[in-house]
Amino acid sequence: MTALTAPLAALGRPVLAALAAIGRVAFFAATVIGHIFRPPFYPREFLQALMQIGWFSLPVVGLTAVFTGGALALQIYSGGARFNAEAVVPSIVAIGMVRELGPVLGGLMVAARVASSIAAEIGTMKVTEQIDALVTLSTNPIKYLAVPRVLAATLAVPVLVAVGDAIGIAGGWLVGVNRLGFNSTTYLQNTVDFLETWDVVSGLWKGAAFGFIVALMGCYHGMNSGRGAQGVGAATKSAVVGASVLILAANYILTELFFSA
Amino acid sequence: MITLTGVTKTFGKNRVLRGVDLTIPSGQSMVIIGGSGTGKSVLLKCILGLVHHDTGTITLDGQDVTKADRDTFLARFGMLFQGGALFDSLRVWENVAFRLMRGPAKRPKQEAREIAIEKLRRVGLKPETADLFPAELSGGMQKRVGLARAIAAEPEIIFFDEPTTGLDPIMAGVINDLIREIVTEMGATAMTITHDMTSVRAIADRVAMLHDGVIQWTGPIADLDTTPDPYVQQFIHGRANGPIAAVR
Repeated sequence: MTALTAPLAALGRPVLAALAAIGRVAFFAATVIGHIFRPPFYPREFLQALMQIGWFSLPVVGLTAVFTGGALALQIYSGGARFNAEAVVPSIVAIGMVRELGPVLGGLMVAARVASSIAAEIGTMKVTEQIDALVTLSTNPIKYLAVPRVLAATLAVPVLVAVGDAIGIAGGWLVGVNRLGFNSTTYLQNTVDFLETWDVVSGLWKGAAFGFIVALMGCYHGMNSGRGAQGVGAATKSAVVGASVLILAANYILTELFFSA
Repeated sequence: MITLTGVTKTFGKNRVLRGVDLTIPSGQSMVIIGGSGTGKSVLLKCILGLVHHDTGTITLDGQDVTKADRDTFLARFGMLFQGGALFDSLRVWENVAFRLMRGPAKRPKQEAREIAIEKLRRVGLKPETADLFPAELSGGMQKRVGLARAIAAEPEIIFFDEPTTGLDPIMAGVINDLIREIVTEMGATAMTITHDMTSVRAIADRVAMLHDGVIQWTGPIADLDTTPDPYVQQFIHGRANGPIAAVR
């Protein structure tokens, strides 16, 4: 009997563990959301998080966008040449950037930069008893640490995505005009003509969702960090991996919601 | 008065607390001694609700701590953590005045800063330290800042978790004297966890020894050296042989 059930048990254990982890993250998310609208509020911590997550992520998001926009222009040009469709480069670069690459790559770069730093910071606070100290000082750690970061990321990442979209399109334009021989005015005109408002807005909604995911995973793994440097390291890794996978999964779901016929 | 009755706590298969019965009278300084890993810090965290005990009851002035209003309950406590647990991102004075700038006891910023500087002075730190960050302080100074934070809101009950661990003997003596002075001056109830016998003799009115998940002995400090309890005798004299296994 044991020989028969052992494979099932071996299969069931990780499934149950995964379901339990999903449940814990969902409960944590619900707790954070519940605290967003209830006082006390911590505006100073919120503004600090906004600077850390938004302003200081601009260079990495901008660099990612400009190279992606340029590479996208080259790819579409060489691919489009197979069926004489080189002229679609401006419109496809614009649509590709604002709908997909801007939010997804921006989200992933912010995940690498922000989820890791939040998890390491909160994880270190946990192992050095700073979170216990917050509790003894009558301060709810979720309200004080998680809510400002989650709120700041949810608001800052769409702005980063918008800036990244513009820089990505500019990257495509630079390559299109200087490398592929497009006329500058025509390139920009095609970009504007084919881009719809919903293309941009849907990308911003994705950015908000990805920002929420990034900060949530950073806070969750930080607060559940194991002991010592190894525990903080593992929490940081889990935060980045978890945020990245969830961003890609959420991207598919949101794309289905926004664009399926 | 804090009363613990039959308190148990298990982590996985490790039964850390196996039925702790202990009373800490108001206005007295109780020191809990015991070897490393015997659950002293867990006991303290159970009282504060940082760790939830499995069975048994913990009462503060007759009220079950698990049923008390959390903010009102915690407002009565101050705590000095083993490593200081100062908030890295805040300046020293902001750490000390943390409670004074939030919640029901909130004061204007300038007043909170003045109180913080006064508390820093009380623990022997100059006002110039107020604007430093914790990382710029030595271990002894961090402990003193932690002590200043613990007493900033003048709590009725103060917990000290290994207050002298990692300090040189002179600094440890300074911290012990400060704790004794402050507890006497404020008339606070104190509970200290330590295995430093110099601290025990400097701080305690009463001593309790935790071993194997239960209180093996408790009594006034004056009885510590004369008690025939073999656990206490082995511990205070640091003998390798006795009822407490040297390798645990």
